[in-house]
Amino acid sequence: MAASEAVTARLSAQAPGPGFGVARAAAAERLSAMGLPGRRDEYWRWTDPAALNTPEVAPAAPEPAEAPLFAEVNSLKVVFVDGVFDADASDDLAMAGVEIARLALEEPAWATGLYGTLEEAGQTPVKRPFGALNTAQATDGLLIRVTAQAEKAINLVYVHKSEASDPILHHLIKLEEGAELTVLETGPAGARFNKAMEVDVAKGARFHHIRVQGAEQDRRAVTHIFARVAEEALFKSFTLTVNGKLTRNEAYIDILGDDAVAHIAGAALGDGKDGPFHHDDTVFVTHAGLRGESRQVFKKVLKNGALGTFQGKIWVKPGAQKTDGYQISQSLLLDDDSQFLAKPELEIYADDVKCSHGSTTGAIDDTALFYLRSRGVPEEEAKGLLVLSFLADAIDEIEDEALKEEIVARLEDWLARHR
Amino acid sequence: MLEIKNLHVKLEDEDKVILKGMNLTVETGKVHAIMGPNGSGKSTMSYVLSGRDGYEVTEGSATLQGQELLDLDPEARAAAGLFLAFQYPVEIPGVGNMTFLRTALNAQRKVRGEDELSAGEFLKLVREKAKALKIDAEMLKRPVNVGFSGGEKKRNEILQMAMLEPKMCILDETDSGLDVDAMRLVSDGVNALRSPDRSFLVITHYQRLLDHIKPDVVHIMADGRILQTGGPELALEVEKNGYADILAAHGLTEAK
Repeated sequence: MAASEAVTARLSAQAPGPGFGVARAAAAERLSAMGLPGRRDEYWRWTDPAALNTPEVAPAAPEPAEAPLFAEVNSLKVVFVDGVFDADASDDLAMAGVEIARLALEEPAWATGLYGTLEEAGQTPVKRPFGALNTAQATDGLLIRVTAQAEKAINLVYVHKSEASDPILHHLIKLEEGAELTVLETGPAGARFNKAMEVDVAKGARFHHIRVQGAEQDRRAVTHIFARVAEEALFKSFTLTVNGKLTRNEAYIDILGDDAVAHIAGAALGDGKDGPFHHDDTVFVTHAGLRGESRQVFKKVLKNGALGTFQGKIWVKPGAQKTDGYQISQSLLLDDDSQFLAKPELEIYADDVKCSHGSTTGAIDDTALFYLRSRGVPEEEAKGLLVLSFLADAIDEIEDEALKEEIVARLEDWLARHR
Repeated sequence: MLEIKNLHVKLEDEDKVILKGMNLTVETGKVHAIMGPNGSGKSTMSYVLSGRDGYEVTEGSATLQGQELLDLDPEARAAAGLFLAFQYPVEIPGVGNMTFLRTALNAQRKVRGEDELSAGEFLKLVREKAKALKIDAEMLKRPVNVGFSGGEKKRNEILQMAMLEPKMCILDETDSGLDVDAMRLVSDGVNALRSPDRSFLVITHYQRLLDHIKPDVVHIMADGRILQTGGPELALEVEKNGYADILAAHGLTEAK
């Protein structure tokens, strides 16, 4: 099948959602021009996109849902079941200082010129075909405009019930000057899930994102975060991923304003015992503003043949002086069968910047393990503590203590089940 | 309490023999000190007793209250009542000191068939013990040994000892890296834990620690075994004259 035919087949497999006709058509055109990814593409060498490319979805059995996260957090809950909005399970989409609309129903005026533009900006210099596909086809999602400090977090819950669900969701979030919002995301969403989130953070605004990708073995997911960060604004994102056949999480963060901060972190735990585990973080942070600070902290714990990859770049544009860019990607391999591949990149066109990157692969530290055991901690429990220790830097990127505790508790649960 | 008989140990990966027929008996409630030149096998002995990987016991035995230690996993030895205070306590970022202590204590209690302590009970206990050791609450909240000064790390070891209440404590060069004040604090902590049913084995290079932690028995170790055993005066003699005479009497020369 020629490239264009593959794109046509992919685009016509599902009907696009309503609204945003111009932006959707432009995105479809972008996708046609770039084509679907293949193993020969530089940023797809380690992750086979075949399962994401096919028009039809390979079935994935939904597993019993885990105990809900963030139940105690003061939040506005929005539930999608296999990508379909569930009104009964969701709260009213109303909150002071926040306008929330559904992509499937409305095209608010503020969103018309914005939808798809951050995704488009994120297509250079590296192509992100599934981002374009998402803009073109997304059937639902939230269009959120925040004008003040939101009184609650928005808690997006993605339920997977159908074996052949293939949802495409697109969230557009615009934080006006000085606004603040926390977005929580949990759940596997479908057999195959394509999700994009465009986040526009205006001057002095603050955005926090905490995501837990469900532990379902057979699910596949490709997600994108496209963010634009204005002066003195803050963007923070943390993702915990446990198991899953294929996960590709891409982030493209543009630090445009001066004195802006962007942190993105991920902790992934893969156990290949019950089937393949492949987790891919592909992160691109650009600095255009002065005195910008960025941090990329990605940690992976892999066992039983699990595979983790990291492709991360800090791109400092001309004039982005006093940039402070930091990137670390690390893996803890719990056996000899697992594998970690990393491609850390720096591209710097300003002469007065501080940028560093590091990547390591290691095993459990014998001395630390002995230390814990010598105090009476059983070997497997001691290893669990050392895994938490390894992930600590990533988890510490969660600012809210209560949310951090929930994430740690979920991790401990998971570790206890995977000894 | 502790009985080491004819213990022979080599490194697992090489042919280097480190302990060559070591014999040692520590009675219940007593404090024994081991001194010896570098490379005499003191630290190896402490590791072998507590079950660290990398050593192969080729002969001999080590029992704690009659129970063979060498067949047990490190955690089982701990539950049986053995405690090693490390020369270099390990930093564990991201794991809170409290979490660590509680996990360890409850794991040991579980093995011994005792009830696990609730969060409240544990907190009360750890605060009380920490106060006695002049460890402030802030240090308890921090990750295990991360950012601790040398003195704080050693006090943290003693806090663990106080919490876990072992029967047999081995102190591996606890005085290394400590200034005079820190050494006094640590020693006070150890002395407070001395009791008729708890024994200590204090490994040190220097007599000055033994001014604070007064031993009942002093052993001189070299070449993988105990060469000489005596009272506290033996440590003073070594402090004054070094090991040369003792080594020479056994046909050994100082390792260079």
